[in-house]
Amino acid sequence: MTDSNTLSHLDLETPEKPFLDANELVINMGPQHPATHGVLRVILRLDGEKVLGLECVIGYLHRGVEKIGEHRTYTMFNPYVDRMDYVAAVSNGLGYCETVEKLLFVEAPPRAQHVRVILTELNRIASHQLWLGTHALDIGAITPLFYTFRDREEILKIYEKYCGARLTTHAFRIGGLQYETYAGFEKDVSNFLQFFRPKIDEYEELLTTNRIWVERTRNVGAISAEDCIALGVSGPVLRASGVKWDLRKAQPYANYKNFDFEIPTGQNGDTYDRYLVRIAEMRQSVRIIEQAVGALPEGPIMAKVPKVMKPAAGEVYHSIEAPKGELGYFIVSDGSTQPYRMRVRPPSFVNLQALEIMCRGQLVADVIAVIGTLDIVLGEVDR
Amino acid sequence: MGQIIEYIRSYLSSDQTPGAAGNMFWALVYIMLVFVGLSVAVIAMNWLERKILAHMQVRLGPMRVGPHGLLQPIADAIKLLLKEDIMPAEADALIFWVAPFVVVLAAFIVFVVVPFGPTHAITDMNIGILFMLGVSSLSVLGIVMAGWASNSHYPLIGALRSSAQMVSYEVAMGLAVVSAVLMTSLNADGTGTLSMIGIVQAQQAQGEWFIFKFFPLGLIAFFIFAVAMVAETNRAPFDLAEAESELTAGFHTEYSGFRWSLFFLAEYSAMIAVSSIAVTLWLGGWLRPFPNLLSGATWNLFFSLFPGVTFLFFAAMCFYNAVRMPKHPLFRVQTIGLAGFGLALGLIGLVLFVPDVSGRVQDIFWFTAKVAGFMYLYIWYRGTFPRYRFDQLMQMGWKVLLPMGLGVLILTASVALLQEKIWHP
Repeated sequence: MTDSNTLSHLDLETPEKPFLDANELVINMGPQHPATHGVLRVILRLDGEKVLGLECVIGYLHRGVEKIGEHRTYTMFNPYVDRMDYVAAVSNGLGYCETVEKLLFVEAPPRAQHVRVILTELNRIASHQLWLGTHALDIGAITPLFYTFRDREEILKIYEKYCGARLTTHAFRIGGLQYETYAGFEKDVSNFLQFFRPKIDEYEELLTTNRIWVERTRNVGAISAEDCIALGVSGPVLRASGVKWDLRKAQPYANYKNFDFEIPTGQNGDTYDRYLVRIAEMRQSVRIIEQAVGALPEGPIMAKVPKVMKPAAGEVYHSIEAPKGELGYFIVSDGSTQPYRMRVRPPSFVNLQALEIMCRGQLVADVIAVIGTLDIVLGEVDR
Repeated sequence: MGQIIEYIRSYLSSDQTPGAAGNMFWALVYIMLVFVGLSVAVIAMNWLERKILAHMQVRLGPMRVGPHGLLQPIADAIKLLLKEDIMPAEADALIFWVAPFVVVLAAFIVFVVVPFGPTHAITDMNIGILFMLGVSSLSVLGIVMAGWASNSHYPLIGALRSSAQMVSYEVAMGLAVVSAVLMTSLNADGTGTLSMIGIVQAQQAQGEWFIFKFFPLGLIAFFIFAVAMVAETNRAPFDLAEAESELTAGFHTEYSGFRWSLFFLAEYSAMIAVSSIAVTLWLGGWLRPFPNLLSGATWNLFFSLFPGVTFLFFAAMCFYNAVRMPKHPLFRVQTIGLAGFGLALGLIGLVLFVPDVSGRVQDIFWFTAKVAGFMYLYIWYRGTFPRYRFDQLMQMGWKVLLPMGLGVLILTASVALLQEKIWHP
């Protein structure tokens, strides 16, 4: 049963010998497992309940998104990016559109940028809500899931009203937006903020000071800032380890530089800190949206973009702060209507690398907690 | 013929349980009643848990099968019975087959000594509480058998977790029980009892539920038991043995259909069983609230109205919801069904007002109501708490509950001694 070839390199890194001469147990967690968030397969080497080592096997959801991108025009590929991180489709679209705009040397008009920020931050809240619900569910608290889904529904309703779709929205176009905001958009968004602010307190009431929750998450899956940086981990996971790195501040895109917000950070880099960071991020997102809705400028929503896009030969890399971390697009253009090479740097894929460091020496229950806290979406990991 | 009728009649005026009176016929009737009642309770509990949990989680729960999903448990039962019976190819067939029955037997046999009233129990053993603890801890055997025979990793880990957990929490549980049993000996002739009926009668004689005895000692012992019993029944937040998100379904991962439903049945009847231990030991068993404080004919009459009023309340709820049903022809069957159910409950309620009936049923009513309170707590825990981790669970059992239990036991004994020798010599 043990596939010694697969695990051989782990042996070198695990000095811990199993307790007594008990045979170690190899468990195949996934691809069908209630807590692996899709089709992640984790091969666990256990000594009783203790994790000696683990290996992730990915690719069960591989659809060749990058390759598809090389066989579509720039415009045609736009809806495909929504299918990578499907819980944060709007962020994916923003990253892709901005990258192509950079390649074409165009810039979206201010009104479009504002609407983009509003929708993307709403998406960050939605993504964090989904994370919170499923993470809590993994740790055994079943109720937060329903609370977060109830509130996420309001965001999806705004999307539906804006562009007709709820999940894979295809909300943005290269050069701006296709749709003008609907009548009452600002009112809907402000109403949502009004409604949502006390809801964050409600989530926190259930979990933040809950003894079992704290015991289950504090000092679980801790990772140091150095390790995070060495592995390329980004997003809330990195910030919870104490690194104040947020692309919205570090290399402002869209028009984030016009908005006033803070970057929440943690100290210990454990699961509890990551939880607190994400909760704080939801509050910051509310702050950003509030400012953006209050100062929505008038004007066009689409820049002048050629009907047939033929960017000059060259390459571009652009990254944004997606809810899960740094989402980057690398596009090589050969001057034709299709990209010569399309490469996506998905945050989930890179963050997933940290799983082994975070889990070694912990218990089986912690592996579940850590998978949850990394906030991976397999659509994005496998692409 | 006449002899048989005489034999059956001979018990009716007895003030003993049928088992103690040695009346086979009535013992069998009681066994049937308890068995049927328990099955109905599990079915009702299934619906209630889903409904209550759903409302805690801002959703409706079952709504499709029958009015407000009332027939959902029956639909589920039919589905489970009709399901294909799968046994893993590598499983140890005999043990795999026996395991669910061991668990169910352990959960059901316990009810032999559960006193629903001074005479409403199958039998009264002089080692009642010991018997209950002993038999209910046998279920761990079935769980280990299930986990082992499945020949699969998740069930094995689940079974190991559950056996470690049940064994460690039983120690704390036992200490709490001993401190309650110790309180039974504080009567005039100083003889304690392990008999379940005797324990309730001791509370009656001392004029105090043991939860309030030597405040807060009784309360602490009760608290220890209340925590340990959740762990003992593998329920949230101690449901590590069947931790859905970690071990898919723990020890019963490989079970399906009827066998799985046996585990389900066992889990719920075990919950009812440990709750009835808690009710018997600390909450005065079948005694109505304030039996000594609010005594007298008026109060007796007042409390004797409760069973009937409760059923009338349920009936009123049924009628209220039947009126609120959509007026569409498609809902006519459901509306009539709900109203009919309400009518049945209402009729039962009216019958319960007849003095002869209410006198006989009161004990059972109060006992059931108290157990139902515990069942609600179980659902509430499940809706509120995350799951403990294995090492934290063990830490809690051995480092918190066990010392607390020992302390309470020693203090109870000391106070009891002081009371006997110094305060009331």
